[in-house]
Amino acid sequence: MSESVDTFGRRLHYLNADFGVKSWLLTRDHKRIALLYLISITIFFALGGLMAVGIRLELATPQGDLVQPDTYNRLFTMHGVLMIFFFLIPSIPAVLGNFLIPLMIGAKDLAFPKLNLASWYIYNIAGFFTLWAVAQGGVDTGWTFYTPYSTTYSNSYVIATALGVFISGFSSILTAVNFIVTIHRMRAPGLTWFRLPLFIWAHYATSLVIILGTPVIAVTILMVAAERLLHIGIFDPALGGDPVLFQHLFWFYSHPAVYIMILPSMGVVSELIAAFTRKRIFGYKFIAGASVAIAVLGFLVWGHHMFLSSQSVYAGMVFSVLSMLVAVPSAIKVFNWIATMYKGSVSWDTPMLYAMGFIGLFTIGGLTGVMLATLGIDIHVHDTYFVVAHFHYVMVGGAIMGYLGGLHFWWPKMTGRLYPVFWSKFAAIIIFVGFNLTFFPQFLLGYLGMPRRYHVYPADFQVLNVMSSAGATVLGVGYLIPLVYFVWSMRYGKRADRNPWGAIGLEWNTGSPPPQHNFHEIPTVDWDAYGYLPDTPAGTGESWGIAVPTQRQDRTQDDG
Amino acid sequence: MSEHVTSITTYLVIFFALLVLTGVTVGVAYVDLGPLNDVVAMAIAVFKASLVVLFFMHVKNSRRMTKITVVSSLFWLLILFGLTLSDYWTRGFLG
Repeated sequence: MSESVDTFGRRLHYLNADFGVKSWLLTRDHKRIALLYLISITIFFALGGLMAVGIRLELATPQGDLVQPDTYNRLFTMHGVLMIFFFLIPSIPAVLGNFLIPLMIGAKDLAFPKLNLASWYIYNIAGFFTLWAVAQGGVDTGWTFYTPYSTTYSNSYVIATALGVFISGFSSILTAVNFIVTIHRMRAPGLTWFRLPLFIWAHYATSLVIILGTPVIAVTILMVAAERLLHIGIFDPALGGDPVLFQHLFWFYSHPAVYIMILPSMGVVSELIAAFTRKRIFGYKFIAGASVAIAVLGFLVWGHHMFLSSQSVYAGMVFSVLSMLVAVPSAIKVFNWIATMYKGSVSWDTPMLYAMGFIGLFTIGGLTGVMLATLGIDIHVHDTYFVVAHFHYVMVGGAIMGYLGGLHFWWPKMTGRLYPVFWSKFAAIIIFVGFNLTFFPQFLLGYLGMPRRYHVYPADFQVLNVMSSAGATVLGVGYLIPLVYFVWSMRYGKRADRNPWGAIGLEWNTGSPPPQHNFHEIPTVDWDAYGYLPDTPAGTGESWGIAVPTQRQDRTQDDG
Repeated sequence: MSEHVTSITTYLVIFFALLVLTGVTVGVAYVDLGPLNDVVAMAIAVFKASLVVLFFMHVKNSRRMTKITVVSSLFWLLILFGLTLSDYWTRGFLG
């Protein structure tokens, strides 16, 4: 393959092909849009994190001595809204998915590049809308906006915040439509469905969930606004409505939203496990099918959030059984990843540390989910810190571990630079320790009966709460370290070659950073995914800069 | 790929059909049909929505993939309604 060079003989790629603010703000290049998203979601992650700092500082003592109760309500609400709608949902799809889907399927861009840019603008408009609501005084309903409190009693900025969420939904939908059309129509010649990387399968399943679920939350938010502004009776019993109907509609989207967060992360983990064990992934078709099964089953379980809401006990039983079914495809994935590692040539590079973190933490999060799906146990721990710990194990321990693992794996591809090996491993371990210190005590607190969303608690709970707050500090430091070395690496990092890990996949067969249109020639694929040879050593962090050739890579280079 | 072209006449016929059905919905609202009130109103609404989807949104002459997409989204709507009603319809069972 011939490389383009500029007049000074430097290799041309998507980062240096154009210069200036306009070339970024009006770009239609999926790789640049991915970086724009990276900046935006990092800002929202930091803001959501600041809210968490406020929560954990307040909970360091049993008394409500740092903030007023009302302020505390706003802190945990905004933490949830920012983290879920403005960080977790867009994180992997909008950054890694945007960057990698065309590269992995051998396309020059996504199917609708202008829609892709539009989705970033819509996301930012939604974000500013929500931040405006925060600046005005925030919202205190909890991220779940439960009625009739949200429609009738709350005097905080419910409509403004909810409309921010409403607008951000359009951004998700545009991204999902783009992914689905791209994956259907733009795969390289020979790249059949069962030759696709599992990252692509995961994003396909995620996109289906986004398209099928997001319109429902949009309509629900509009109904909340209509009831609040026009007093149309939908959810408020005083107006002839039913508050539980809101919960049905809300969770029809918001439970599948958990799978919007976790499925892409599972896609990342599949790539990492294959690359760092040098093995073809065990049970490829089962993992691919499990992604679709999770997407479908995820829509049938929402009632497990409503066991104590006056929902019929019979509906509760149905939702309980269906919820347990989701554990099956989830377990298929975990077992297959472990089977892939078995007798593999495992190397413990930074992304692999995150993949291991994901498997452990997601398993705890998933199994406590099965506990919560059990009617009897849920009645005991409903609305306690047990639930808070459970979903943080899934969303932070699962989704964010996968996101960080993916970012560390593809960072050399995205920026053409390597980051410091020691600090990256150090940060991965700090994050793992900090995470467990923060959230494991919350399982105990919840089991002992500490309810969520309270800013005062009995003195007996202080030790566990202090542990949790101390863990949050460690976790915060763990998140700051990658921020520092990633920024540092963009200027001072060693240059990466096209395939620093010796990994297999079309994205590794083009330059780092990739050329503006990804490939100089559209590749033809006549091999299955993950064709690692058993004895090929991994490209380890220590040997960075030396590409370890695999048979596959040799052949594609010969082809070029 | 050749695109099917819908004639202006078809659009006009559908448009007037929708207007007439809107009139029928309003008219029926003045007649008390007892428990059939909601059923009739919903039936007319579903029929109108089908006309819009089939003709104005061109699903009638679309490729099979588009039709599968439409049917599966209806199936999803069925899940939303069905499982929600599994709650409402069984609340009284315990007495």
